[in-house]
Amino acid sequence: MAERLHDLLAIEDLTKEQIAFLLDEAKPFQEFQRHPLKKLATLRGKTVALAFFEASTRTRISFGTAASRLGADTMNLQAESSSLKKGESLLDTVRTLDAMRPDCIVMRHSSSGSADFVARHLDIPVINAGDGTHEHPTQGLLDALTIRDRRGDIQNLNVTIIGDILHSRVARSNIHLLSRFGCRFTLCGPPMWLPREFECLGTGVRRCARVEEALEGADVIIVLRVQQERLHEPALPLDEYIMLYQLTPQRLKIARPGALVLHPGPMIRGLEIDPAVADGPQSCVLEQVTNGLAVRMAVLFVTLATGSEADEAKGSAHAAH
Amino acid sequence: MLHIKNGRVLDPASGTDANRDIWMDAGRISRVSPPENSAGAPTSSNGETLDAAGLVIAPGFIDLHCHLREPGGESSETIETGTRAAARGGFTAVCPMPNTRPVNDNASVTRAILERSASVASTHVWPIGAASIGSRGEGLSEIGAMQKAGIVAVSDDGKPIATAKLLRQVMDYCHALDLPVIDHCEDASLFAGAVMREGKQSVRLGLRGMPSATESIAVGRDIQVAELTGCRFHVAHLSSRDSLDLVRAAKKQGLSVSCEVTPHHFTLCDEDVIYDSRFKMNPPLASAQDREALIAGLADGTVDAIATDHAPHEAALKEVEFDRAPFGVTGFETALGLALELVHAGRLSLKRMVELFTTGPARVLGRKRAIAVGEPADLTIFSTAHPWTFHANQSASKSTNTPFEGRSFRGAPMVTVVGGRIVYRRDV
Amino acid sequence: MRVVEKNQLMSATEIDRTLQRLAHEIVEKSGGTANLALIGIRRRGVPLAQRIARSMNAIEHLEVPVGTLDITLYRDDLSKIAAQPVLHSSEISFPVDDKDVLLVDDVLYTGRTARAAMNGLFDLGRPSRVRMLVLIDRGHRELPIEASFVGRSIQTSAREIVEVRLHEIDSEDRVMLVERVE
Repeated sequence: MAERLHDLLAIEDLTKEQIAFLLDEAKPFQEFQRHPLKKLATLRGKTVALAFFEASTRTRISFGTAASRLGADTMNLQAESSSLKKGESLLDTVRTLDAMRPDCIVMRHSSSGSADFVARHLDIPVINAGDGTHEHPTQGLLDALTIRDRRGDIQNLNVTIIGDILHSRVARSNIHLLSRFGCRFTLCGPPMWLPREFECLGTGVRRCARVEEALEGADVIIVLRVQQERLHEPALPLDEYIMLYQLTPQRLKIARPGALVLHPGPMIRGLEIDPAVADGPQSCVLEQVTNGLAVRMAVLFVTLATGSEADEAKGSAHAAH
Repeated sequence: MLHIKNGRVLDPASGTDANRDIWMDAGRISRVSPPENSAGAPTSSNGETLDAAGLVIAPGFIDLHCHLREPGGESSETIETGTRAAARGGFTAVCPMPNTRPVNDNASVTRAILERSASVASTHVWPIGAASIGSRGEGLSEIGAMQKAGIVAVSDDGKPIATAKLLRQVMDYCHALDLPVIDHCEDASLFAGAVMREGKQSVRLGLRGMPSATESIAVGRDIQVAELTGCRFHVAHLSSRDSLDLVRAAKKQGLSVSCEVTPHHFTLCDEDVIYDSRFKMNPPLASAQDREALIAGLADGTVDAIATDHAPHEAALKEVEFDRAPFGVTGFETALGLALELVHAGRLSLKRMVELFTTGPARVLGRKRAIAVGEPADLTIFSTAHPWTFHANQSASKSTNTPFEGRSFRGAPMVTVVGGRIVYRRDV
Repeated sequence: MRVVEKNQLMSATEIDRTLQRLAHEIVEKSGGTANLALIGIRRRGVPLAQRIARSMNAIEHLEVPVGTLDITLYRDDLSKIAAQPVLHSSEISFPVDDKDVLLVDDVLYTGRTARAAMNGLFDLGRPSRVRMLVLIDRGHRELPIEASFVGRSIQTSAREIVEVRLHEIDSEDRVMLVERVE
């Protein structure tokens, strides 16, 4: 039995069993998305606080929908209206939310380690929806689920990631997750954003300068978006980026036939990915979104559907028929 | 009058390492003699006798680099609390950096600091004056006037001295005044928003890193300007092997270049960094290889002094996300314990360790530090064996931002004597 | 929690005979089996539903569709258990609308499982009728639920547990009465 999950802060902290458990728990929720009536009472009475200190529409809506389909209520904090702008510290903001007694906090913030920081100060579970450039655990899980559904398995695949790797929490979460299952990684992107130390993240991780070489033998290609808001440094001219790294239909042919194309979104068609590839049969982007909902429902379910050891002692010791 | 008997005196200046009895009077050392010659020595009815059996007596330790935060930052530390912590750490003299509010860039701030120290400080306070006005890197500050008021060196610490051109002006000026220039060596463009050392750990944690060259490029620049001007130059908180190699080469060339290393840099490395701002300081914890090189440099004399860079920040400032926390960790009370770890591990001799706390820093300031008749009655009396555990909330400092919370040590400062008065005595 | 076996309630043969009898009863009391569907409640309701469907096929040459329903998401007592709940998929390959559904489970006790099963069923569509079949009815209802088809009714105490073992899941076919001891 997988070890009980309290917070979900980083894939790096999870065991292989916990990862497999979460992927399996997501399957019924995938099927659930096809029900005519998408409303459960499983988490009725529970409140999920959505604390998004970094602008995000898709992930916030995904978590919010996941919570309400499970019957839970949500509390919404968004960056634009955030009191952080008025100078309140992260800790104070989160403690204020906590005083309203949510059952868990789903958090996205621009500082790496911010979810860990908040989890150290709160008793309730913290679910990391993206902390700076560190990790985005539910993205890693939904990518793995998407690959598993299409390929049947996530073992021993060749995965190529293209883009600004240094600043990508998606890349880190994917590497930590899939290398647990024997996948080998080829990382490719602008050299100043591809430090050598990434090869230390796993035994099967290597860097590659040219995208053509990086795509050889790939079973899965993860295309990262060009993060203009994260660039402290002089930006790379976009035409350079397109010429060197864009995933075009011709470049896609270099990979193994039927290689999967994943993108964490939002995509900029014509920049990091050619529209024909984005809309083509190998693209999994829409499944990623659906699976994101299923994964997030599974994470919320696993985190909130259970009581404590104390509650167990009070209630029945076996399921009542 | 104070009489200390049965202690083992370790005085690098004279090469003494033997049992000696010491008498002090009117703030000076009045007699030093072997115990067998002590019969018939003067005793006074109002004097105190201290039995230092089993303890080492060194000349009073000097901390070349610290931040006392007063004036302007009193919520984090004051001259009173900071020097009390320093005395608990065995220090008898501390050199506070000028990045107070207002910056110590003119004689009246210097005088205010010294007046305050005279009334509340547990140790000597030898202030370091700012190189440029407000440490803004534009115009020269009133270095001459500050020297008359009592500064012992010049620095813009907190920041690097902004340009080579300004550095040259400062060094030309200070050379004439015979003041050493201390620089926080850092290339601003390579530093750019970094919060730790670039490497495997920064990649894992997703934190912005700076390469080792951030420091060594500036060290190289500064050494060349020092050579050009003939000024005495001291590298603050040196943290990397590359910087150390440059200092070694400069010394070989006969240049007046010196450097200091902090205890956290010779104890921890970047792999120890976690999402806890008690591990965030500037320069950041370096690689394990750098740490090895620093320890070798401490032993072989390339490093002149151990300096704490005690940088207190109140809890409210440090209890934030790693990115946003200010840089700095405290260090007065753990310095000796950490240095003794190197001695116990056989990396450093006890004598060499004492030099790094006494004659080394004294030489940087152009002074003597010795246990001899007529010398100031400043002594650091410590144990190399006493076991204790450091807890930040028991420290005299107002701040608790230290990476060494809960660390156990073998050896501690036991009694600190400043100007012939006992300013600290450990409760055992 | 330790359990101690008290006595056997049904042997393998008795189980088999009972299921055959129930299969006949269903055909008799359904007024036509055109829209009949069996839905087994995970876990042990599933092999029971499959066995009954096979019996009905053998007796009456009827093809009755069988689905499986996982009720974990519909339980009302999740917040009382400390262990992480393991979800399984429900598999109902036929539309539920207008079906004459027979929910199948091994034991009927408080009735909460049946209620959760109905919640789950109604999320999928609108059956024309829902009835319930259980192998053992052990009383102590906490909700107004009744089973239309019952293998055996027995009296039990709250300390006792009815353990239905089926060879598809356990290593044997047997119904045991066990007791909890501290």
